[in-house]
Amino acid sequence: MLNKDKWLFEITPKNSLFDLNLKEVWEYRDLLMLFVKRDVVTVYKQTILGPLWYLIQPLFTSITFTLIFNNIANIETGVVPSFLFNLAGITVWNYFRECLTSTSDTFTRNANIFSKVYFPRIIMPMSVVVSNLMKFGIQLFIFIFFYVIYVFKGAVISPNITVLLFPILILFMAMLGLGLGMIISSMVTKYRDLKFLMSFGVQLLMYVSVVMYPLALIIEKIKEGKIPVFVGKIIEYNPMTQVIESARYMLLNQGSFSYTGFLYTGGVSSLILVIGLVIFNRTEKSFIDTV
Amino acid sequence: MGDVILKIESLSKQYRLGTIGSRTITHDLNRWWHTIRGKEDPYLKIGEVNDRSTKGESEYVWALKDINFEVKRGEVLGIIGKNGAGKSTLLKILSKVTGPTTGTIKSNGRIASLLEVGTGFHPEMTGRENIYLNGTILGMTKKEIANKIDEIISFSGCERYIDTPTKRYSSGMTVRLAFAVAAHLEPDILIVDEVLAVGDAEFQKKAIGKMKSISKEGGRTVLFVSHNMTTINTLCQRSILLENGKVLKEGLTSDIIPYYLSSSQSEEMMPKVLFDIDETKKFQFRKAQLVNENNELIVSGIVSTNQSYYVNIEYIFKEDVSKCHLTLIIKNSSAEVVLFLDRTDFYNEFFVAKTGEYSAKIKIQNPLLKPDTYFVTLGLADNHSSINDHQFEVLKYKIEDMDSIRSSRSGTLFLPTEWDMVKKN
Repeated sequence: MLNKDKWLFEITPKNSLFDLNLKEVWEYRDLLMLFVKRDVVTVYKQTILGPLWYLIQPLFTSITFTLIFNNIANIETGVVPSFLFNLAGITVWNYFRECLTSTSDTFTRNANIFSKVYFPRIIMPMSVVVSNLMKFGIQLFIFIFFYVIYVFKGAVISPNITVLLFPILILFMAMLGLGLGMIISSMVTKYRDLKFLMSFGVQLLMYVSVVMYPLALIIEKIKEGKIPVFVGKIIEYNPMTQVIESARYMLLNQGSFSYTGFLYTGGVSSLILVIGLVIFNRTEKSFIDTV
Repeated sequence: MGDVILKIESLSKQYRLGTIGSRTITHDLNRWWHTIRGKEDPYLKIGEVNDRSTKGESEYVWALKDINFEVKRGEVLGIIGKNGAGKSTLLKILSKVTGPTTGTIKSNGRIASLLEVGTGFHPEMTGRENIYLNGTILGMTKKEIANKIDEIISFSGCERYIDTPTKRYSSGMTVRLAFAVAAHLEPDILIVDEVLAVGDAEFQKKAIGKMKSISKEGGRTVLFVSHNMTTINTLCQRSILLENGKVLKEGLTSDIIPYYLSSSQSEEMMPKVLFDIDETKKFQFRKAQLVNENNELIVSGIVSTNQSYYVNIEYIFKEDVSKCHLTLIIKNSSAEVVLFLDRTDFYNEFFVAKTGEYSAKIKIQNPLLKPDTYFVTLGLADNHSSINDHQFEVLKYKIEDMDSIRSSRSGTLFLPTEWDMVKKN
């Protein structure tokens, strides 16, 4: 005799604040991998250059930055060649930007699938983060390629021992991008205003994330009184500043790195990821009615 | 058999009408203000019954209101109702696509839903890759699919194209492939929305056969929604009739269907129907009406047993189609097909349609059918039925007899017969 109150699962209107069902996500791991495969395989179908586009975009951006910020605006990058300095910043920044922008429209872009079938919605943004990781890998490879060229040309650059922490730094960055992306994707289902904010918001964020200048320069300018102190604070406490500055320290042995800063980044990223999960979790049940 | 696998308890779903704009945020803030003070959501009280045709006072409407029912293991349950009765909303909640506003659903089995075939198909990927993608979206694991892949491919009948991107497939082939994946799902409870109404006749037969075997041999529970009463009749023993978001009647399909056909559309006949232009269709019906021999609309929708009548159809082709069918199906009040007329059967060839507007007049002889209420279903399709326009039960009329005793006889036909009686000695 079956116990009347024993059910496999229940569907109820309210769910607790945080019920990420990791077991369920694990059951759908094949789907995650297939979404990754779909993203990687289909993006450059019917293009002539194919995956080369992954390389062209950061290279040309780095060249442009070098011309404008270093050659024209005279930003000093020390012993490190400006091009390599910019390429490092852009490679790292690109991964964050891609994670953020591609996860931020999860609900609106997939409304069609989401309205027809259930699977843990978190799979979608997670697949974006993983497939972008592959893209990041390719871009990192091109960075290493130029790195070696510069070493042969006699540039005095070497990685720092903290480079061992680089994978963890990437993890923090992925968490940050995923968390922010999930927050935005949840809000955008109801309030489309955020979509417009996103496009230039990311642009603005890049300028306060020390992508094209060293953090030391900002500290110097504040001392000279050319930049208001609060702008300096924004730049300093922006977790992405920490990520990019640390990444350059690890890869090029230039810039600043502190374990407090590293832990700060990890803390902020975790916090944002948790907030993102909670909001995402609340939205996934009802978004189809508001999208 | 016997144990309850799915239990739905006072399930309700509220929707907000109109557009979402700046008022949304004021409502959200008000709702939040009530929540933090521990009060009830102020907008939950004001919902109205969901009647599509009357304009209500409130911005909020109950798409489902206080739904209760149980489904037993191994049962095939039909869900019927007019457009907007809440069928799709119910399926969406059951398949966890959207959450209920109040109430609970308790389940003792894994639910898989088939609200659409081919969800997540990517046109750039091959048939095989899409089988894996679609299968995992529907909840299978890669291993499960790998075990069944040959079966799936052969069921779809697309062996030849399986390593070609699906963008090269005809629409019929895509549907076959997608349904093949869905048919090999093995959940405890399968939820199916009107997806069987695709593909050609042969494939539909195969699909319905598969559905039957899923429930009979696999012992799985199926919830099935359709506007096609004939399919419901063949598949489901028990049905639920929804109206305006409430369960109007629940019971044996053989009782529910006549009740639905006669009552829910009211006693009013429908001698004339107009169809809106649908941009997605290559060809479609525009109008259908019942007329007499003088081409006059039969306004009452009532014909007598010995009066022949005509179904007058207007349809439009937005592009040239080389081989077409035109079908007309007449069902009686128990949803049994009494006449299935396909133009191809009488002329032994398909017709060629050039872009343009057409009309057709189909004569239906009387005396032929016994007094009853009849429903006309129209179909226009290309030779594979991959593109089609089906309009189910759009005309409703009554055949009446002056003699009331004759109308109460059983049987389907009414034929004046000669009774030659001779006294032998």
